[in-house]
Amino acid sequence: MAQVTLTVNGKQRTAEVEPRMLLVHFLREQLMLTGTHVGCDTSQCGACTVLVDGRSAKACTLFAVQADGSEVTTIEGLADGDALHPLQDGFWEEHGLQCGYCTPGMIMSAVNLLNDNPAPSEAEIRHGLDGNFCRCTGYQHIVNAVQHAAGTASKE
Amino acid sequence: MAASPVLPKLVGQRVKRREDPRLIQGLGTYVDDIKIVGMQHVAFKRSDLAHARILSVETSEAAAMPGVEAVLTGAQIAEFVDPMPIGTPFPSPDHRAVATDIVRYVGEPVAVVVASDRYLARDAADTIVIDYEPLPAVVDPERAMTGQPTQVHADFENNLAVALVPGGTGVSADLQTVDDSAVDAAFAAADVVVSQRMHNQRLAPTAMEARGVVAHYERGKDTMTIWSSTQNPHILRTFIAGMNGMGQDQVRAIAPEVGGGFGAKINIYGEEYVVAGLSKKLGLPLKWAEDRSEAFLATTHGRDIIGYIDLAATRDGKVLGMKLRLVADIGAYNMLLTAAIPTLTMMMANATYDIPAIRATLTEVFTNKTPTDAYRGAGRPEATYFVERGMDILATELGMDPAELRRKNFIQPDQFPYATQMGAVYDSGDYEKALDLGLKNADWDAMKQERDAARAEGRLVGMGLAMYVEVCGLGPSSSLPTGGWEHSQVTIERDGRISATTGASPHGQGNETTFGQMLADQFGVPLEHITIHHGDTGVVKQGIGTFGSRSQAVGGTALHLAGGKVKEKMAKFAAALIEAHEDDLVFEDGRISVKGVPDSGKTFAEVAGYAYVPVPLPEGLTPGLSEEAFFEPANNTYPFGCHISLVEVDRDTGEPTLLRLVAVDDAGNLINPLIVEGQIHGGLAQGIGQAMIEEVAYSEDGQPLTASFMDYAIPRAADFPRFELDNTVTPTPVNPLGAKGVGEAGTLGSTPCIVSATVDALSEFGVKHIDMMLRPEKLWQIIHGGQS
Ligand code: FES
Ligand code: FES
Repeated sequence: MAQVTLTVNGKQRTAEVEPRMLLVHFLREQLMLTGTHVGCDTSQCGACTVLVDGRSAKACTLFAVQADGSEVTTIEGLADGDALHPLQDGFWEEHGLQCGYCTPGMIMSAVNLLNDNPAPSEAEIRHGLDGNFCRCTGYQHIVNAVQHAAGTASKE
Repeated sequence: MAASPVLPKLVGQRVKRREDPRLIQGLGTYVDDIKIVGMQHVAFKRSDLAHARILSVETSEAAAMPGVEAVLTGAQIAEFVDPMPIGTPFPSPDHRAVATDIVRYVGEPVAVVVASDRYLARDAADTIVIDYEPLPAVVDPERAMTGQPTQVHADFENNLAVALVPGGTGVSADLQTVDDSAVDAAFAAADVVVSQRMHNQRLAPTAMEARGVVAHYERGKDTMTIWSSTQNPHILRTFIAGMNGMGQDQVRAIAPEVGGGFGAKINIYGEEYVVAGLSKKLGLPLKWAEDRSEAFLATTHGRDIIGYIDLAATRDGKVLGMKLRLVADIGAYNMLLTAAIPTLTMMMANATYDIPAIRATLTEVFTNKTPTDAYRGAGRPEATYFVERGMDILATELGMDPAELRRKNFIQPDQFPYATQMGAVYDSGDYEKALDLGLKNADWDAMKQERDAARAEGRLVGMGLAMYVEVCGLGPSSSLPTGGWEHSQVTIERDGRISATTGASPHGQGNETTFGQMLADQFGVPLEHITIHHGDTGVVKQGIGTFGSRSQAVGGTALHLAGGKVKEKMAKFAAALIEAHEDDLVFEDGRISVKGVPDSGKTFAEVAGYAYVPVPLPEGLTPGLSEEAFFEPANNTYPFGCHISLVEVDRDTGEPTLLRLVAVDDAGNLINPLIVEGQIHGGLAQGIGQAMIEEVAYSEDGQPLTASFMDYAIPRAADFPRFELDNTVTPTPVNPLGAKGVGEAGTLGSTPCIVSATVDALSEFGVKHIDMMLRPEKLWQIIHGGQS
């Protein structure tokens, strides 16, 4: 067992974990933050995306011990109290989700995308979300959602 | 008295979803999010051979690991889990939830571990050693039909799960007599006959949430609660009760938040029976969460059917007859609906055309692959694909515009209801209208010029068009072995708020929103005052489930009828309270009042309160406001549409790119166009995925070659252009809403129209047909003179 201390959604957490425990399982099983999902075992679907020290990371590609000392933001920590993050708002307004399973990871990736590029083109949005699979929406409303948040929405 | 706000009518509006606030904040509860004190974890040891006899299963090392609660072999599981039932009337081989003597596909469970932690359960499963005697495997269904090189099931000769079933013109209802004279005459009279073999390849449904089960048997109460990522908790309850020797009253099945289904979560799986059975046997709450690599092996696949089509036509393009011979590869076992899916392909062979003579035949074959079952569209995309590709090949042969060939053969609006050669009765349709709108939106003639201009520059650009009609709104019970109805209960609570239940358990369809919109309009109350309950047999008394694009057409109608009943009763209470005649009352803006005299009325809450403390009780009434309704439609619905695409193939690499996708869909009346659009987008993505990048592949000895996202391509955002959607509205007479259903529509037209566009793009190479998926290598071979 190894001890890890990390700040998750602004709260400092210390825990004993198996060295092989994935960060995503640590968040879900030990911290009960089940908004971060698991959609694959090959680090491709992006359902597990969180922010580690402000950058998007697939929480299934990291061991919890690797995140020791980091600041982690999960979907549960994205809203500012009752005020939704602009991307959460965008996904709601533009019907950017159906089953909702990919959504937390998709939103966290989009946060990173807009941090890097606050006014992306449609092609940049589509490429920027390359690491996130959605099986429900066909992505068009997800693109609209990101545009909504970026304030670049051009209504068809 | 404060004036009530004027409430807008919501049906038909783009209302944003009520499900979303929880889901965008990570507050939804999916199966794997559920934790119960004392819960243990289940892992399955699976076969890594496609066909083999199990000689021994060595579990002692696993059993000795600290924290391992139990390790069971197939034989031990068979002591308390019966052979798996199916939901179709076809003969089915013995199918154990965990294999006892022979494994028949890679991924078939062989042993089960229960342990205190999910990592440990997996570790323990990995220590189990199985000694196999390998047997020959068969993966090609047409080879399997010869009985070579192996028999998948000893008692199914030549691997025939369903031996040749005839359908169409001249086939008697009992299938006993087949008169080919009309079909033969059609082909004899034809100027032109085109023929093509096509493969509609195997696909992995791949809901982003893989499957999962939590089962909790409570010994003291003798009850079972099972949470499962399922599309139909009521059907699950029925089967789980039956398999555990329990009454349906003792089992509660819950579909919590479900992360997509696409047909693959209709089936009741061996893992569900095992986890429930083990929970009862061990007296422990248990969880099993499927890994993605497991899902590729153990969750049912879709499609995998070969079609041989022959079309007979006159020189000027009138189709006189069709032959369609279908060979479906259903994999190793019959699952819940497996054998029924290809029958839907046969049923829809008439497509949108008035074809006077059709002979279709269907054979279903066992192979050493994962079993197939429903996948979005389930049988109808296959029919659409075969017929539409056939029509395109015919158009090329005749030198006709593909749109004009279709126009010439459509079933006409005045022919509805239209009894097809295949025994379906299409409810309503106006195919030419959809075609014309599609051509207009695509700007078909300009598209041709654009294509030709691109070709003049040496680019490989092609356009394709496909019409579709599908069967949705599944019911009545004569067409669905599970029952073809849906159920709803609408309750006006004492405070005037509304609780409603629906048996149509959603997994992304947004029923909380659409059904809420309907009730808000029906009762003239704010949407926020309505809660739609679903997915829990402890709360929703009865139901069938969500599949076959039925939740709106059948579930929505049940809700509408239950709402109507309770509204009628509420009007009687209101009439007594207001001292007016119930026929003169209107439900508007949160009030019930005499039409034209808003001040005359009472608030919704006041009337509700009176109904629960009715002093005095109006004559002929009982207290309370809660009514239920079952709705069974007299027929299916038949939505339709027209999809058009423009594709470019890179001459150097063979890589195809979808440049445009224009879709016109007619799903009848729409409750929420925003949600409908989302449904169509999602269907298109899967249809395009099938055409271009998705394929489940096996090696000749039955090893899966596409068992993770590394090898199986799920479409990503950059794979698509912006879809261009539009719709026509042809209501169905089958239900009072006029709604037909839309969940699967996108998968029907998109697939053939993209293949047709690609064939068109490569027309200079003389290619007539290309089987899916449109692998760049395959296209490169065509361009560069290799074999296709
Ligand atoms: S779960 Fe992390 S990428 Fe799929
Ligand atoms: S909304 Fe279901 S996977 Fe994206």
